[in-house]
This record gives sequence, C-alpha cells and structure tokens, in this order.
Amino acid sequence: MSTPTRARTGGGTAVDRNGAALPPVRGRGIRRRGRPGQWAAWAFLAPVVVYLLVFYAYPLYRNIDLSVRHYTVRSFVHGGAPFTGLDNYRTVFADPTFGPALWHTVVFTVVSLAFQFAIGLALAMFFTQHFRLSATLRALFLVPWLLPLIVSSSTWSWMLNSESGVVNAFLGLFGAGQVNWLTSPDWSLWSVTIANIWIGIPFNLVVLYSGLQAISPQIYEAAQLDGAGAWQRFWKVTFPLLRPVSAITLLLGLVYTLKVFDIIWIMTRGGPSGSSTTFATWSYRLGFANLLPSFGPAAAVGNLLIVMALVFGLVYIRAQRRQGLS
Amino acid sequence: MNHTQPRRALVAALPLALAASLAACSSTSTTSTPASSQAAAPATYTIWDPYPQFDDSADWVKLLKQCGTQAGVTVQRTAYDTTDLTSKTLLAAQQGNPPDVLIVDNPVVSTLADAGVLTTTADTKIDTSAISPNLLAAGQIGGKTYGIPIGANTLALFYNKDVLGKAGVDPASVKDWTSLTAALAKVKAAGKKGITFSAIGTEEGSFQFLPWFWGSGAALTKLDSAEGVSALGLWTDWLKKGYAPNSVLNNTQTTSWQEFATGDYAFGENGTWQLGNAEKAGFPYGIIAIPGKGGGTAPAPTGGEFVSVPVQDDTARYAVSQKIVSCLTSTDNSLTTDTTLSYIAPTEAVQAKQVAANAALQVWVDAVKAAKGRTSDDLGTKYPKISEPMWGAVQAALSGSKSPQDAMAAAQATAAASTQ
Repeated sequence: MSTPTRARTGGGTAVDRNGAALPPVRGRGIRRRGRPGQWAAWAFLAPVVVYLLVFYAYPLYRNIDLSVRHYTVRSFVHGGAPFTGLDNYRTVFADPTFGPALWHTVVFTVVSLAFQFAIGLALAMFFTQHFRLSATLRALFLVPWLLPLIVSSSTWSWMLNSESGVVNAFLGLFGAGQVNWLTSPDWSLWSVTIANIWIGIPFNLVVLYSGLQAISPQIYEAAQLDGAGAWQRFWKVTFPLLRPVSAITLLLGLVYTLKVFDIIWIMTRGGPSGSSTTFATWSYRLGFANLLPSFGPAAAVGNLLIVMALVFGLVYIRAQRRQGLS
Repeated sequence: MNHTQPRRALVAALPLALAASLAACSSTSTTSTPASSQAAAPATYTIWDPYPQFDDSADWVKLLKQCGTQAGVTVQRTAYDTTDLTSKTLLAAQQGNPPDVLIVDNPVVSTLADAGVLTTTADTKIDTSAISPNLLAAGQIGGKTYGIPIGANTLALFYNKDVLGKAGVDPASVKDWTSLTAALAKVKAAGKKGITFSAIGTEEGSFQFLPWFWGSGAALTKLDSAEGVSALGLWTDWLKKGYAPNSVLNNTQTTSWQEFATGDYAFGENGTWQLGNAEKAGFPYGIIAIPGKGGGTAPAPTGGEFVSVPVQDDTARYAVSQKIVSCLTSTDNSLTTDTTLSYIAPTEAVQAKQVAANAALQVWVDAVKAAKGRTSDDLGTKYPKISEPMWGAVQAALSGSKSPQDAMAAAQATAAASTQ
C-alpha cells in the first residue's frame, strides 16, 4: 500500500495515489486545462453532489424543519404548519419522559459499549492463539450478527419471559424466585442491555481481531525478550497499538447503540411504564406508535439523537487529528 | 499541489459519470413506449387494506376484484400492516395520490378525518342506514360520517372447560367482578392459572383494559373517577394475588392467546379473530361476555375496519368508488367478508344469517351489540390523547410503581392537559 502506484489518466499524466503528478511529465498536462476543464470536473462531480443532496441533506433539512413547526395531521397533509421556533424542543425538555429517557439512553449506551468492547477484545485475544477449530468457533460467534434483529429480540423476549422463560426456569433450579426480567421496572433496562451486548459482541470481535492481526509479532517478541510479562505485553504493546482501531470500533458502536430501537421495542415496548424508554423508542412512540402522531416533538427527539452522535463523531475526529500530530 | 485538485476529482468521478451516462442511454431507449396505448383499457382504482395475511388467492381479494369488475374498472389492491397504514395514507395524501378506497382500523378514522383525508358518506352518497348505530359511531365526528364499517370484532372471555371443571367452577356462575374473582381464586387453589390478558404499553393495552374500565361505569373523560380506579384496582389485585401472570405487562393479544392456548389458564380475554385458533387449541373451550362490575355485559371496545373514500383532486372518481364500497358492504358480500375475516357483521340482517349458520356466534353478536367505539361519544381525536396516559397508568399500577389511585390521577392530569 505504501508504494506509490502509477495510474495513467486521460491527459497522459502519471499520478501517484495522492493525486500529485509525478515527474517527468509534470506541468504540461495541467496548464492545458483552463475553464472548460473546471466545468467538466464539476459536471463529473454532479452525480455525487445530487446524491448527497437528495438522500442526506434534504431529509436532514426536513427533519429539522419538522421539529421547528407545529404539525398536526391536518397540516402534515395540507401544509401550512406554523413556525413555532423551539417550542417542540421546549415541549420535549419539559416532558416527564425526558429525564428518564436521557438517563436510560446514557446507561444503555455506556454499559453496552463497555461490555461489548471488553468481551469482544477478550475473545479477539483468545482467537489470535490459532488453536484447532478456532476459525469454526469464530464463525459461530458471528451468529448473533447474522440473525435478523426481530428474530434475536423475539428469542430473548421468550427466554426472559417471567412465567415460562428458560432463564427463570434455569434460575429456579438453584432455588431463585421468579425474576420479572421484562415486566419489572427494576429489571427491564438491564434485560434489553444484556440482549444488546450479546448482539454487539461479534462486531467488536471481528474488528478488534483484524486490528490485532495488524500488530507485528516482532514487537511482542522484542517485548518478551525485554522481560515483559503477558499482562505488561497487553497494556504496553497491544492496547496502545490497538488504539486507532479501538477508537473507531467504539465510535461505530456508539452510533449503533444510540439508535438501537428494534431490540427494545420488540422486547419491552420501552416499558413497563417507560422504564426502558430511550430516545430512539421515545421518538418512534411520538411519531408512529400512536393513533395520533405528533411529528414535531418526534423530530425534535430524533434531532437530539443526531446531535449526540455528531458530538462524539467530532470528539473522535479531534482525537484522531491530535494522534496524527503527535 | 493545489492545481492538481481538479484532476483528482475528475479521476474519482469518472466511473460514476460513466455509469450515469449509461443509465441515461438505457432510459432513453425504454421510454419509447407510447403512453396513449393504455387509454383503451379500463381505468385502474386503487384499494389499500390492512390484511396482509390474504394473498391474491384469498376470497377477500377475489371479492375486491369482482367488485371492481362490476363497477367497470380494474382494481389494484395493496395490503399494509395495520400500524403502517396510517402513516402510509398520511404520506400519500400529502403527495396528492391517496388510494381510491381505503380500509382502515376504526379508531384511525377520526384522525384521518381530522387531517382532511377522508370524504364524508354524504359527499360520496354511501348508504349507511342499515348499519348498527353503535358501530357507525366510531366513524362519526361532529355529526358527519366518514366511512362505513366492514365488520366488527370485540373482546370476550374464552374459558377452558377442563380447567374450570377441575376447579369446580360453573362458568354460568360468573356474572360480575366478585364472582369472577372468586372463580379465579378457586382455579388458583386447584393449582392452575387464573386469567391472562394483554396490558402492554400500546393501544392494545388500552383496548383490553376498556371493557373493565367501561364495565365499572367510568367514562374516558374522567380517568381517575372512583369507578375508573376500581377497574385498575381489579387488575392490580389479580396480579398481586397471582390470579393473573406478571407477563400480562408485556403481552400482546397474540402472546396472551399463546398463554391461554397452553391449556393452563382458566380464562383468556381475547377477540373474535381467535375463534379459528380456539378450534385448534386442543381443549374444549367456551366463551362468555366480559361481565360488568355489578353484573350484565360490559361494553367492550369495537374493533374492525371502516371502508372509506379518501379525498381526491378528481372528484369524478367518487362515483366509481361509491359503487365499489357499496358492493363490498352489500348484504351478500358482507356475509362472505365477515366470515373470511372472522368478524361480526355490522348489520342486524347479516348478523342473523351468521348466527343461523353458526349458533356459537350468538355470544359475539351480543358482545358487539353492547360494544362501543373508542372514538365514540364525540371524543374523536381526543381519544388517542386519553388512551396513551391510560395504558401508561395500567402499566404503572401493574408493575407496582404506583398505586391505582395515583396512576389514574397522574393519567387524568396528562390527558386533561393534552385535550384542552
């Protein structure tokens, strides 16, 4: 990858992969191109720009527009919804659901990420040993990822059923009483978090495993010669060298987890009594899961989620830039 | 470095542009079909319904096509999931291409009417005179009718004859809440499970709670009345005493039915649409109406869809739509449709035919006669704003986070604030 590849372009100029023209033809081909070339360049760019505008910019604009207007079903159909500024946001902030939903979103995301990452990393380390059948076993670990979410969450929902679930039956063998995994306000959030961790482990495993592959075994050998133990090798070699991969894994995991909706909706509907409601399920409930949809507040909650993901995205880019500088 | 930028973009965009120009070529070659060639064929009328379980071979779809043929048009039918249909319709209306005929769940009618999506039956000259008034009421707002019910379903109590027999309970003795609770106590003492229902935090939860709520004499305009609290108290009490399983909090009506179908439960609150499954359950079952607090039949909420005609730019289309709707709801077709859907017909004449064909339907016909639309009493679009706090209160009380009194008081405060 690090050797400059020479690519031949229409103008007959050889360029390296950074687009810098290589000698010996430097200069000649470029000066020939004036304004028409510029236009052509823009014309060629147009498909990408149109795509971005139609599929990203416009929906985002519409969502923001929805959130600053007072929409009723009538004005949704016939237009003319009055501009109300930040009223929808005020409604959302003042809603008694807001505080708990924010807290649940944070707990759900942080706990999910921490466990997914830790277990994923432990498994990835385990699989770098290359024992017999390790490839088969690794493939098996991918199953949660391959299953459609509706299948895995329905299965979790059956397993955790208070009356007839296999989990309670198993705990019963040890004399534990009935735990209302999905129907008790104390447990519902933990139940959906556990299911989400299970679903997220394969993703962490795969990405971290490939990250581990990229670390040269010579470094480990050198560390070992210098007398570093297994624990030291992990904290002093693996962990720092894995940092870029870890960062992107965590960021992607964060975005996935913030928007997790299916698992919670299928397992608990955000209940009982709102005890497992996150921003994602709340937004859906406001916008769609009601006979009378309230589009404005639903869009406002959705935008809050986007802002949360965006903030962490920027933190990531900043951290990466700093890493690049050092 | 800077002056090489255009070249870089150019190289990157080349494959894309190539693909785009290819697409352009192929599209010019395919648009050559003349649009006028379709003018001779009969006009196409679109129908949307919430019955994705039926495919083209089903009697229901055959009936749709046949009604289209009789009206001299081709019918194009699309089935959506019930929950999808409302948003799909709103979006279609926003884009100006709603279906010609829409079959939609009855509590949604008032929302769509409020959005100005539906025509009144006066506009489209659809005859609703034969329809039972209590069923039609769900589609009436401010004295106008926005559709015609295709059939009705409602809730009743299924019971397991084996379980009741072992516990020594005579189903005929269940006349009011006290005798029902006593029966549940006996069942539990005999080592079986009492009753299952759905108290999930969605509209389904409200739907299942309403027979008890209305059966106590409470009204939706005041959730925290003594009667309303007593209805929630009844359910909470059943859970506390172990007469009903804790899983009801997460039960949809389908999972609640699955619990009843295990054969362990004495009673299951469920709807007409489970009759087919009841035959397959593998144990003898019976059905009684849901008792009111002090006796009699509690008014259960009506389920079932309305056939309606969405507003079109081209009002000339209404004449044909009216023919299709009249065909679907005519006495003969109504019998076919409601048998297919496992519904009770909305007219007395057809109800009598249904009972003549299957005497077991009498209990359902009675339940439908006593039933009440959720959006009736001119509640219209206020209903959803009351229903959501109500199912919230049910969840709060059953999960033990609030007492029935506090839960209903909080729900009333929320409902009052949002329906002002």
